[in-house]
Amino acid sequence: MTERTEHVTCTFCGCLCDDITVEHEDGRISSVSRACPNGRAHFLDYAPAPRLPRIRGEEASWEEALAEATRILNAARSPLLYGLSSASTEAIRKAVSLADRLGAFVDSTSSVCHGPTGLAMQAVGEPTCTLGEVRSRADLLLFWGCNPAASHPRHFARYSTTAKGRFVPEGRKGRTVIFVDVRLTPGARSADLFLRVDPGCDFEVLTTLRALVREKPLREQEGVCLGGVSLGVLRDVATRLKSCRYGVAFMGMGLTMTRGRDVNVAELFRLVAELNTYTRFSVIPMRGHGNVTGADQVLTWQSGFPFAVSYARGYPRYGPGEFTAVDLLRRGDADAALILASDPAAHFPSRAAARLASIPTVVLDPEESLTARGATVWLPTGKAGIDVPGSAYRMDGVPLRLRPFLAPRRPSDEEILGRLLEEVTP
Amino acid sequence: MIRIRGGCIVDPANGVDGEVRDLWIQGGRIVAPPSPPVSEAEVLDAEGMVVLPGGVDLHSHVAGGKENMGRKLRPEDHREHVRPREGSLRSGSGFTVPSVFLSGYLYAEMGYTTVMEAASAPLFARHAQEELEDLPMVDKGLFITLGNNHFVLECLARGEEELLRNYVAWLLRATGAYAAKVVNPGGVENWKWGRNVSSLDEEVLSFGVTPRKILSGLAESVRKLGLPHPLHVHGINLGQARSAGTTVDTVKTLDGLGGHLCHLQFLSYEEAGEGSSLFRSAASRVATALEATTLSLDVGQIVFGGATTMTSDGPLEYALHRLTGAKWINDDVEGEGGGGVLPLSYDRRSRLSAEQWITGLELFLLLRDPWRLALTTDHPNGGPFFCYPQIMRLLMDRSYREEVIATLPPKVRSGALLPSLDREYSLSEIAVITRAAPARILGLRNKGHLGIGADADVALYDRVFTDGTPCRCAKYPSCRRALSRVRHLVKGGEVVIRDGKIVKEVSGRRLCVVPPFDESLEPRLRKQFSETYSVAFENYALEEGEFPHREVVPCSKT
Ligand code: SF4
Ligand SMILES: [Zn+2]
Repeated sequence: MTERTEHVTCTFCGCLCDDITVEHEDGRISSVSRACPNGRAHFLDYAPAPRLPRIRGEEASWEEALAEATRILNAARSPLLYGLSSASTEAIRKAVSLADRLGAFVDSTSSVCHGPTGLAMQAVGEPTCTLGEVRSRADLLLFWGCNPAASHPRHFARYSTTAKGRFVPEGRKGRTVIFVDVRLTPGARSADLFLRVDPGCDFEVLTTLRALVREKPLREQEGVCLGGVSLGVLRDVATRLKSCRYGVAFMGMGLTMTRGRDVNVAELFRLVAELNTYTRFSVIPMRGHGNVTGADQVLTWQSGFPFAVSYARGYPRYGPGEFTAVDLLRRGDADAALILASDPAAHFPSRAAARLASIPTVVLDPEESLTARGATVWLPTGKAGIDVPGSAYRMDGVPLRLRPFLAPRRPSDEEILGRLLEEVTP
Repeated sequence: MIRIRGGCIVDPANGVDGEVRDLWIQGGRIVAPPSPPVSEAEVLDAEGMVVLPGGVDLHSHVAGGKENMGRKLRPEDHREHVRPREGSLRSGSGFTVPSVFLSGYLYAEMGYTTVMEAASAPLFARHAQEELEDLPMVDKGLFITLGNNHFVLECLARGEEELLRNYVAWLLRATGAYAAKVVNPGGVENWKWGRNVSSLDEEVLSFGVTPRKILSGLAESVRKLGLPHPLHVHGINLGQARSAGTTVDTVKTLDGLGGHLCHLQFLSYEEAGEGSSLFRSAASRVATALEATTLSLDVGQIVFGGATTMTSDGPLEYALHRLTGAKWINDDVEGEGGGGVLPLSYDRRSRLSAEQWITGLELFLLLRDPWRLALTTDHPNGGPFFCYPQIMRLLMDRSYREEVIATLPPKVRSGALLPSLDREYSLSEIAVITRAAPARILGLRNKGHLGIGADADVALYDRVFTDGTPCRCAKYPSCRRALSRVRHLVKGGEVVIRDGKIVKEVSGRRLCVVPPFDESLEPRLRKQFSETYSVAFENYALEEGEFPHREVVPCSKT
């Protein structure tokens, strides 16, 4: 018999759309409505298989696999726990506890996407708001170095450009949309204004914009880089930013992963803070993975720091660039790894990936990722929000409950990590 | 069964002041001495120790969205302040914004066993509750902010009192909260358009209500629901020279309706002189207004040194950013409110800081009835909570107070009332403002005292007494240190600290209220959700069972 579950939350991206309807029959998802293509695949491709763990590619019982995982973690002198951001908050809480007990390094996928955003926030602060506030009030939207049409497809309709809200009843017509990027993306095509910035020149453009907002006298000068944007255009943008009623900037990896990184982001955050002298303005980083915000949150409340934490001395230390997973692996510092719900083998730079392949790994992942395939022990777990419960934090920090609608057929990350926590010797 | 033997008991709620006798504990509660005496009881030798009920902090920002933004914002706060993992206890870091396990341990080591998280927007309650689950050693509860909530403002504008009451009840249940709070009523909504409110009669933009109406309407709802704690009020104009005037007005507005005025020190200033940009203490004006009512307050004393401000008062944090240039976080929350975070430090050489310090102490010393007053620093706004013992000594020991006053800027000193106040708190009065009064103000009948049936939360401090009689702290120089750290702590009937060391980590209970509400509210709620929220109505409320260790505190009407 087909069952329908409404108000399901999709955890594929940081939008955490919580209005999905799912139909399922005998534990299989048969149809998904309201989700974007990414979200549909997230549900429809989910198969709770295999049921049993693998040790070096060979099927094993849960007890054997847990024993082997425990042995690996106990034998390691400086283990690394990495991933976190697609797991439930409960699982992350357990993972950080495990890192503390083991004296391990712990890092989330933040370090390879919005780590610089965190550094910028620590440098200059961050005036922000929730996505519902964007929908209700924002009459100007500034998208910088992000491509929501591909990465967060429902962002426009649910929260930003075309959404209708209390103080913007006209929806899209009531909002000015500005895109800044190195290329014309689909979202940028429908913007009121698109600024094409030369690759690697975001900082220059941001700095100029800040100066214009503060009405510093500037003139175009031969040889002075404006990142490919003319001063006249930037003047116009500055005026629009200052004269809106409630502006919101969104930023992505076009700022965090290009030349300047955290310095770019800090410059945008400064601009946003300064705009509050003239009007109200906020910024929301476009966080990618479903619960990457939750990974930041848990690590912060348990250790004090959002990512790149070392427990090696028995207390938390913060070291972006030092305790970040890629840097650790590149230096050959970690001698075993526990990977929770992420695929560094596929995404890390080759030297880091090669190091990861050469050390024993314990992988908790519902899917058979490249990392899972190469794992010493792969523990295939259930997926929060589909067949196990949990919670997740949206890109704006709003926490949502993930209710399972299928019967569990595999243990949750939380259960497995809880077991490991009991078994390992500190 | 546990027998605490031969301690000197200070339990002002039961009129006990320095009586040397045994205390018996069974099943998590204080019980009558068994007769005939049982021999198999575990004995905790309390000879030469003072025995107090566990401390109750009724206003502290320890867990939730803002707190965690504060932690994330300030790695510089944590680097030098770390605590290594010990046995099964967790490691941690942080000074003004300690990580959550560390916060629980520090509270317990100071002898505190109950802590109220002072503010979360309802939309972020799940976050606060998740963090509170990781806050060990203490019983805890959550206050939710309602003073800028659109549903509330609309009910008030339309005069729908019953609907409002229903909504408050529903929201408290939906968030697993303990109490209702307002923060800068109307001002935070106006801040979303770059404005604020400066008087109780100013209009909230596009809602057609005033701060006065919000205060009285919500205070009335809370009273009619019979909630154990009255409306918790962070007023308007916090930190400004005109705050005392609006505080007195707020006191008059709430008189008869009930209310608790939080961190009132920050709201008791007046202009230092005609046209002056500085402010000075108006504590005596505020104290006089309060004496004429039955309202309660906590002080929000500042402590010289580092702090992190974090409030649901968005425009205030922005004003501080303009004033200091420090890194600034703002967070506007859809349909509910907002808030901000900003690092700050209080310098005894600064006239502003000195005035704030004086204002707080004057409130402590001028208000005659300690039963309406609670000791807080509005952690970490006025300074970290583990500085409470320093404040206790300032209150108990006039000569120490004078020493500190002498270090303040002469201009501030000469105009102040404080140097002339010679009152010294007794240990029993300290027990009132740190235990008995906050428990009573919160409506927690089993806390803050050591009578039969009370929760067995008992703090044992070393050598506060010299000869079995209550010792005046002024005569006992090491008293401040003594009150900083318990020798033993019993929490919920279990010995959790022995000889100064945490021997057992307990999770503590989650105190909440479940006032009755009427389902007829739902259609209106659904409309509100589709208009205002970016999350579904169905996904908003916390599920029963989502959070363990719940303890429902009864409402007087249920
Ligand atoms: S936008 Fe993101 S959260 Fe929403 S349905 Fe698509 S993938 Fe899922
Ligand atoms: Zn407060």
